[in-house]
Order: sequence, then structure tokens, then C-alpha cells
Amino acid sequence: MEHTQPTTLDRKQQRRRDFQKNKPLYVLMAPYFALFFVFTVLPVVASILLSFSYFNMLELPTFAAWDNYRKLFFEDDVFMVAVKNTFMFAIVTGPIGYFAAFLFAWLVNELKPKIRAFMTLVFYAPSISGGAYLIWKLIFSGDVYGYLNATLINWGIITEPVQWLQNPDFIPVIIILVQLWMSLGVSFLAFVAGLQSVDRTLYEAGAVDGIKNRWQELWYITLPSMKPQLMFSAVIQITASLAIAEVAMQVAGFPSVENAGHTVVTHLIYHGTTKFELGYASAIATVLFVVMLGSNLMVQKLLRRVGT
Amino acid sequence: MKQNLPTRLIKRLVRLIQPKGSLNRSVWGDLVLMLALLLFGVFSAYPMVFIINNAFKPFNEIFIFPPKLFVRNPTLDNFVDLINLMADSWIPITRYVFNTLFITILGTVGHVILASMAAYPLAKHEFKGVRTLNRIIVYSLMFNATVTAIPGYVIMSGLGLVDTYWAIILPAFAFSLGLYLMKNFMVQIPTLYIESAFIDGASHYQIFWKIVMPLVKPAWLTLTILSFQTLWGATGGQYIYDESLKPLSFALGQIVGGGIGRTGVVAAVSLFMMVVPVTVFLVSQSSIIQTMAHSGIKE
Repeated sequence: MEHTQPTTLDRKQQRRRDFQKNKPLYVLMAPYFALFFVFTVLPVVASILLSFSYFNMLELPTFAAWDNYRKLFFEDDVFMVAVKNTFMFAIVTGPIGYFAAFLFAWLVNELKPKIRAFMTLVFYAPSISGGAYLIWKLIFSGDVYGYLNATLINWGIITEPVQWLQNPDFIPVIIILVQLWMSLGVSFLAFVAGLQSVDRTLYEAGAVDGIKNRWQELWYITLPSMKPQLMFSAVIQITASLAIAEVAMQVAGFPSVENAGHTVVTHLIYHGTTKFELGYASAIATVLFVVMLGSNLMVQKLLRRVGT
Repeated sequence: MKQNLPTRLIKRLVRLIQPKGSLNRSVWGDLVLMLALLLFGVFSAYPMVFIINNAFKPFNEIFIFPPKLFVRNPTLDNFVDLINLMADSWIPITRYVFNTLFITILGTVGHVILASMAAYPLAKHEFKGVRTLNRIIVYSLMFNATVTAIPGYVIMSGLGLVDTYWAIILPAFAFSLGLYLMKNFMVQIPTLYIESAFIDGASHYQIFWKIVMPLVKPAWLTLTILSFQTLWGATGGQYIYDESLKPLSFALGQIVGGGIGRTGVVAAVSLFMMVVPVTVFLVSQSSIIQTMAHSGIKE
């Protein structure tokens, strides 16, 4: 329709006419994108710029060249602890969360509709319940009334209450556990939905073509037809797993014992809001941003190959 | 082929929860997978069951040894305690509840409307910049708001939004996940509807409001639950310092910080925090699943 424009119009007129015609569309998009620009795009740009400066909110930023990055990578030992923890959390909760989301969506999908709806709720509820995860703090409470301690003492496994949340050996495990408990979120729903929309006739055709068991069915039919959901969920899961902070801070405390719950994000928060080293905090943020975007793009490339 | 007894028993069991006619299923595979489902279902549900029961336990049952999961003499004491506890403090609990409700409801409604408005042109029209905008939205899913927290604070304070509800609400209006899902859902509306309305003389605004919006109702609910999920749990963190403006999640953190003596009260607050979003999800589940079917990233 739009390609049959008269050739006599010069470009400028053409552009103006396009704009006039599309003006309502721009008006519709304007409010969202104005906010999106101010609260998403601008902060990213500002973060990158500020990372090359010294800035404490009170004085104007001054140029620092690569100083912040040099300090970050070569002088900041706590950052290295944070990086180690972040990668550990991400490598465990990212893939496990992703596979768990798929596995349970797949299992739930085999159930009768009513039971399916119920189980979907059971798995999804932890991620939508706001601060309800704080209950884990009471379960792992360090005194004899802590639920886990009381249970273990009752079973005779331990005799003294264990200080779960003060012990650097247990802190990472507990953070991972709580994070995994909450990890069946948006990606899980995307999988449940994706599985329900796979064309049923493909399975019948597959059975005729010699697919013998559920695993072959999964690999040759289900996964390839769900590629878009696989990519979407990967993005959600990677981003979330690299940004673990809220749960870590609430469950293990901030700062946590021996920094056992310290992540790149809590490091950023510490330097930004406690020490007011905004330039330095921005350098941390920029590194994290690059890592998140990089790992997402890498995984997207990998996932494009599923079933091909 | 004659089957032995355990095999037949398992088949019976599986039939209870699975519909008939699943192809290519081995009995033992069914059993293992169903056990996995049960095991992790318990892991997932346990803290919630814990919350529900503890919220109604009288004091002596909470500290009973050995601990019991289920309540025996349910009482509303914890809810009464909660109100008394907070009445002594400077901010009443109702204030926190109001803050959370206000932020969540306004943020969610605004988000659904603004994101739908922006999604319609992106989904159904070709114009300069549409591809770039769509790509930017996908990229913005690839990082988290925590990354931009520092300049975010500078911007908020520059706009004078620190210590106002708007510091949480305005960014929530522009969540990119919502726009992304809404756009993907709108793509599958037949273009024919829009074109014929256009020929009949309807404006873009009329088409958006009268044709597109009613057709994407399932997606509204999805955006609602996702925005709800984020806002309901928001603690206000670095943007809100005024105690009287802080949301309930923050108060819950404070009460939990008070230690084990308040288990019952914590469970009561947690129960409230849990019940509202779960109810919203329960009501809208099928619409949400319908929307999420279009969530995929296509090249």
C-alpha cells in the first residue's frame, strides 16, 4: 500500500508526509518512550560516562580516565570476592533455574488441566509473593527455635543449634537455595505457555515416523518448536542470575559475614550509597552491564542452534 | 502382553493425574518424573504452608518442641499482635499497606496503559525507527535495573523525585518486559481488522482504543501480574528514606529483623504479602498462559 508513492515528490516532502500520516503513532509511543529514555537509556549512558570520572554527588565529576577500572581490577580485593560469588551464584542458579523452569513446565504440561493449573500455581507462587521469602530467615534462624535447628535437634542429627546465616560455608548455599526457590518465574510461565501451544499433530506425525520415547519426542519435536521461548527465558534467567543482591542482602545481611554473600551488585550498592564513590560504582555497573549483555548475546547464539 | 502387578498399579496412579492418550510413554519414566514433580512441589510449597500455618498458630504452638508444621488451635492472635506491635511504633501498619497498594495499583495501571499505547505502533505499523525501537527493547531485557541504580539515583534526585512514590512508580510505567510481551501479543492481531477500520475512516487512536485494546485483554492481565510482582515486593531501597512513605516489604524486613520472637507476626505479614498476588494470578492464569505463548524472541 505504502509503496505506490508518486515519484515527483522530493524526499523532504515525502518525509514530512510520512510524519504527518504517522503522527498519531508517534504520539501514542511518546509517553512510554520518554520514560523509558529517562529511566533506562539515560542511566546506561550516564553510567558509562561516570565510570571515567571521580564523582561524589556534592562536587561536579572530574575526569579520571581508566583509574576506576584500574583500581577495580588490580587493587580491590573485595571486588574479586564479589566477582567470585556472583559467578558462583550465576553458574548455579542460572542454568539450574533455567532447566528447572523447563523441566517443571514440561512435567506440568503432562497433567490434567485442573491439576496442571494447581501445580503451575505451586511452582510460580514463590516468585510473585514479594517479601515472603524472608520466611527462610526464620527457617534458618540460628537459635534453637529456628525451624531447621529444632527439627534437626529433634531428630538427633545435631545437639547444638547451628548458626546457619553466620557461617560463611552455609551462607552461599542458603542464598542459592532461596534464589532457586524463587526462580520459577516469568520463564517458567513462558515455557508452560510454549508447551501448550506446540502443534499436537506434530507428535502424532512423530510417532508414525518412529519416535520411540519421550526423550526423542522432546529433542526432535518439542524443543525445536519452542525455540523462541527458549531464547526469551534464557534472557530472563541470565539477567536475573547475574543480578542476585536483594535476597543475598536480606538473608545473609549486609555486609555479610566474611563477605560470603557479597556480589557485584552489593559491591556496587556499597560503593555507591555508603561511600558515595559514584564514579567507582559506575565502573562496577558498567562491567556488570557488559557481562550481562555479553553472556546474553552469547547464549542467544548458542540457542539458535537447538534442534538444527 | 500380560503386565505384572506393580506396573499396572503405577499405570493406575499415573492415570489419576495424566490425561489419556499420551504417546510414547514408558511406565517407569512416568513414575520417576511424577516423583520428581512431587518432591519439588513439596519444596516449592513448604515455605508457603509454613507461612499459612504459623500465621494462625497461638504463641505456645510456635515455640513448641519438637516443632509441628500444622496448626492445631488456629487463632487470629498474630494479626492482632501485628496491629498492636505497629501501633506502638511511629508508623501504623495500615500506612505501609496503603503505600504498597498505592504504588502497586497506580504503577500497574499506568504501565498497562502506556505500554499498550507504545506497543500498538511497534506491532502493527511500519515506519522509520520501528526496527531500532524493537531491538532496543529486546536489548533492554538483557540487563537489570540494578546496573543503572547509581545514575538512576542521580537522575531521580535531579528530577526531585527522591522520597516520593513517583521514584518507584514512574520507572515502573516503562518496564520493558511489559512492552515486549504486549507487542508480541499484538503482532498476531490480523492486520485486516486494522486496515478495514482505517478505510472506514477510524483514526489511529480509535483503532487502538476500540479495536486493539479489547483484543489484547489476556495481555493486560499478564502485564498486570508481572508489574504487580515487581511493585508488590519493592522495598523503596535507595529512593525512599521517609519512613511514612516506605512500602510493606520494607516493614516486613524490619519485623523479621526483630528476630524469632515475632515468628507469628512475620508469618501474618508474609501471608498478606503472598495472598494478594497469588489471588491475582489465580484469577488470571489462563489469560496469562495465552499471552506467554507469544513471549518468544524471534529473529
